[in-house]
Amino acid sequence: MAHLTPPVVTEPTQDRTMILNMGPQHPSTHGVLRVILEIDGETVVRIMPDIGYLHTGIEKTCEAKFYQQVVPLTDRIDYLCPLTNNLCYVLAVEKLLGLEIPPKAQWMRVLMNELTRINSHLVWLGTHAMDIGALTVFLYCFREREDILRMFEMISGQRMMTSYFRIGGLALEPPLGFFEKVREFAERFPEKVDEYENLLTGNPIWGMRTKGVARITAEDALALGASGPTLRGSGIDFDLRRDMPYTGYENFKFKVPVSQDGDVFARYICRVQELRESIGIVRQALDGMPDGPIKANAPHVVLPDREKMKTQMEALIYHFKIITEGFAVPAGEVYQAVESPRGEMGYYVVSDGTAKPYRVHMRAACLANLQLLPKMCEGRLIADVVAAIGSIDIVLGEIDR
Amino acid sequence: MPPTPPITDLEQLKGHPAIARLSGWNPAAVQAAKFDRDEMTVYVGAPCLREACVLLRDDASCPFNFLSDVTCVDWYPSEPRFEVVYHLLSIPNKERIRLKVRLEGSSPVVDTVTSVWPAANYFEREVYDLFGVRFHGHPYLRRLLMPEDWEGSPLRKDYPVEGYR
Repeated sequence: MAHLTPPVVTEPTQDRTMILNMGPQHPSTHGVLRVILEIDGETVVRIMPDIGYLHTGIEKTCEAKFYQQVVPLTDRIDYLCPLTNNLCYVLAVEKLLGLEIPPKAQWMRVLMNELTRINSHLVWLGTHAMDIGALTVFLYCFREREDILRMFEMISGQRMMTSYFRIGGLALEPPLGFFEKVREFAERFPEKVDEYENLLTGNPIWGMRTKGVARITAEDALALGASGPTLRGSGIDFDLRRDMPYTGYENFKFKVPVSQDGDVFARYICRVQELRESIGIVRQALDGMPDGPIKANAPHVVLPDREKMKTQMEALIYHFKIITEGFAVPAGEVYQAVESPRGEMGYYVVSDGTAKPYRVHMRAACLANLQLLPKMCEGRLIADVVAAIGSIDIVLGEIDR
Repeated sequence: MPPTPPITDLEQLKGHPAIARLSGWNPAAVQAAKFDRDEMTVYVGAPCLREACVLLRDDASCPFNFLSDVTCVDWYPSEPRFEVVYHLLSIPNKERIRLKVRLEGSSPVVDTVTSVWPAANYFEREVYDLFGVRFHGHPYLRRLLMPEDWEGSPLRKDYPVEGYR
């Protein structure tokens, strides 16, 4: 019980300690995380994260929307990897419906999902390095991130809130020249990762700030519900993409980077290696991209093509019905988990047989990962708190929902 | 492809290792079970929940060593009103199971599982915050996402989506 995260108390517990407030407007807290520190000189005695500043009640809003209207809401949960959230939600609803998704849509989902992972990891790497003091990396990472955002804009019309995956398939056929653009990016990206690694991995200052800092053991990581690179950085070899595959990940070959040290550097190494693995998956997806439809053959769920709507009476009727009254989903419940850049992203969707979800719950990887913070930081310096927060890669939109 | 109907007959599901284990320990522990869309749900009696969780976590052949999620569903106005839902994951066996506890609407209380999986700390606080379900024995049962002085439980079905209460 010793390492349960306590709620906020703003009174010091000892004579020699004082309370220091960090955030919610602090640049190193990645959004609106507020951390209350009880410090003895420069040493952290107690650390109490205070969350909820970004709580928007998305779960409640979902209950008042049709199933297809929830997809844009899922973008807003984890704004660094919107496609992962789209994917997780649509997979859950498709499982409720029992839909069969055509192979091209599945491969496109894998492709886009991995690009999102790279996008998210680049933001993490840039901001994490900037927090610790390596300013240059930020500019380099955002240069490549911009390329990915341009691809997102090309395919979905949106840079960040993509809503590209829809229940039953994809929103749009990928435009002409899209695959060439991705391939060109995939060709030059590995050397960019070398560039980041040149700046950081062997850098003695980086090593001193990260090695042995905020160490967490495998037992603690498991007990506190850590997942993703935070769990793998502590030596537990588990990745949902490989171990419980979804949307066709079983067709791809990739390694799952694991590190035994459990410190900030271990988590850094895991994520950087993941960048390389992800670009490998992107390349495999491009090489093996099957042909065929991008939407499931389910006219009562999937919106018809524009062309069909203009020529076929039935398509127009389906379109009208889906837009005005949604589609009924058979009663039941599903928990679907995917490997988001931060860990296990899970959607628990309960249907009561109507066109609106009875309950949508998001299992936020960051919420669980944040519980590791006290264990990581207690007894260490304030500067290490910044490194620890960066290393668990928090996104407050996902924590607060 | 219409989904296959769920299996809800406890006799048919007796063979599942987790159910066999739980009902072998205490026949009253497993109230019902459901196998639907490849997912196993076990309804556990509220008084047995904590021991059942310890049993599943320490099972030698299939240890559910990871608590994925704790959440709640409000079935207002029917009774029992609340279903607290636990999603467990066995990392060595790559298997999931869902435990459910049904609670009456008048005073929803269930034992905490923070002593089994410390990860439940935030999850249970969130359920307490948004549903008003109390977790007996939780060391820090305080609101997590909503402000401390908030009145009401926003995710209950009798709480409006918009406007004032």
